[in-house]
Amino acid sequence: MLKVWKMKKQQASDEKTKPRNSAAKIRIQKDISELDLPSSISITFPNEEDLLKFEVVIKPDEGYYKNGSFHFRFSISENYPHDPPKVQCTQTIYHPNIDLEGKVCLNILREDWKPVLNLNSVLIGLQFLFLEPNPDDPLNKEAASELRSNLQSFKRKVTRSMGGEYMDNVYYTKVTV
Amino acid sequence: MNSFYTQPSAFEPDFVPDANLSDRVAETKVLVIGAGGLGCEILKNLVLSGFEQIHVIDMDTIDVTNLNRQSLFRDADVGKPKAQVAAEFVNTRVSKNVITAHYNRIQDKDEEFYRQFEIVVCGLDSLDARRWVSAMFVNMVDESDPSSLKPIIDGGTEGFKGQVRVILPTLNACHECASSMHSKKVTYPICTIANTPRLPEHCIEWASVVQWPKVHEGLKLDADNIEHMQWVYSTALKRADEHGISGITLSLAQGVVKNIIPAIASTNAIISASCVNEALKIVTGCHPYLNNYMLYVGDSSVYSHTFELEKKEDCLVCGNAKVTIEVSKTITLEELIEEIKINNSLQLKKPSLRTDKNLYMQAPPFLEVKSRPNLKKQLYELFESNSTLTVTDPSLMTSVSLTVTFTD
Ligand SMILES: [Zn+2]
Repeated sequence: MLKVWKMKKQQASDEKTKPRNSAAKIRIQKDISELDLPSSISITFPNEEDLLKFEVVIKPDEGYYKNGSFHFRFSISENYPHDPPKVQCTQTIYHPNIDLEGKVCLNILREDWKPVLNLNSVLIGLQFLFLEPNPDDPLNKEAASELRSNLQSFKRKVTRSMGGEYMDNVYYTKVTV
Repeated sequence: MNSFYTQPSAFEPDFVPDANLSDRVAETKVLVIGAGGLGCEILKNLVLSGFEQIHVIDMDTIDVTNLNRQSLFRDADVGKPKAQVAAEFVNTRVSKNVITAHYNRIQDKDEEFYRQFEIVVCGLDSLDARRWVSAMFVNMVDESDPSSLKPIIDGGTEGFKGQVRVILPTLNACHECASSMHSKKVTYPICTIANTPRLPEHCIEWASVVQWPKVHEGLKLDADNIEHMQWVYSTALKRADEHGISGITLSLAQGVVKNIIPAIASTNAIISASCVNEALKIVTGCHPYLNNYMLYVGDSSVYSHTFELEKKEDCLVCGNAKVTIEVSKTITLEELIEEIKINNSLQLKKPSLRTDKNLYMQAPPFLEVKSRPNLKKQLYELFESNSTLTVTDPSLMTSVSLTVTFTD
């Protein structure tokens, strides 16, 4: 023990120490303060002092989902960046990779997440889902098979659902502004 | 043990033989984290090595499946807290109160609790718990008080493999420094889980990740709660039957949810014994201790390797540069930012500053606009002298801790 303490004394004079904030908070401060987003993505904080919880709105400027405004709730765990951000769509939308409960199928939010990825890459990836929905990774199987087999009908259904109406017994949230 | 304390060491020239060292060992307050397979062995070996002030903390209760390798538990103990049964067993065996039990989650105890110990021996099966322990003890180090540094000896096993680490918080590599070495938690694509399960693990993930939150809204799945796990098991089993998949068991479900690799009694014994030897050497100084990582590989014949894991300069937990700056309390935040931009040891471009509140955030627009009025405020309106600010900047790998001292 004496040896360890002696080493510590020696090092203390070298003036290298640790921060008081948690690793997750430091990392999310870095991610958030260095966000570089297109105007189609915006981010707001219900409590601006709490960087671990925020809301994201994506307004695609092209593609099937143009003119929609899609809302997501993000929560960052104390294990960030070892764990990916938790993302939930807060609306009921018709999308091959987002189910009716708001779960999102995006590889970098799960199996392909790595701590070197950051919030910016997640937000860009999320926006990409609206520009290029991926029928090979379906969460909403019906929407995916529609996209694959009948593009015209898929487009019609997207437009109808975005206006806010019942389709096959599901009420979709109005997302057009 | 005494012969080791009264003879010079061939490997530790600074060691001064001292017959009183066995008293020193008996008086050392040691904390054992985890009373499972590793913990039982660690407790036994600590006591047999002369430690008499041992505390053990564990949140688990004894399960039937533990009895084959957790040597301090018997059939009649099933359902009781591991920490208490282990402590009672050893105390009875040596007819002395040498172990104090804490049936708690590690997170339920505060810094005050952890500060009373001199040394920590960890026998944990989860990365998250290890990360928590390491961060807690790094944060506890007070630069002006060397005894605030508590060595952590961290043992871990996975089947026939294991490792022992000696962590001297803030002095050498912490748990976070080594995070790139840890095997990643296995995750399966959610689309596969939802649509095309092929493995029993897929069905268990479906039950725990997809179905659980749907059916038990707001209730967090607890892998240590047997009713929760029964539900996951039966839900997964039903799903597996529907897809013609076999191999679902309750212990597999527990393993998948907790992400555990099965433990083997003998690997636990090897690793635990090695942990306790390191504790003894660190406390007494009688021989050089492990610097700082020992790998034991028993699944490809037998192989062992010791190496020094380097501390990461940009580690989020222990490696951040600390800079102190002295300024008048009447300068504005904007002036402080200009000051740190031209500071030679920092050389920042677009710094964002926070205490536990936003001082100034460069992005996103929502936070920039809200924090912009602070730029014109004088420092004393925003924080006290000697406050520590977390500064992030695109030119920094992680962050800098900036302590601001007022000169007036
Ligand atoms: Zn570190």
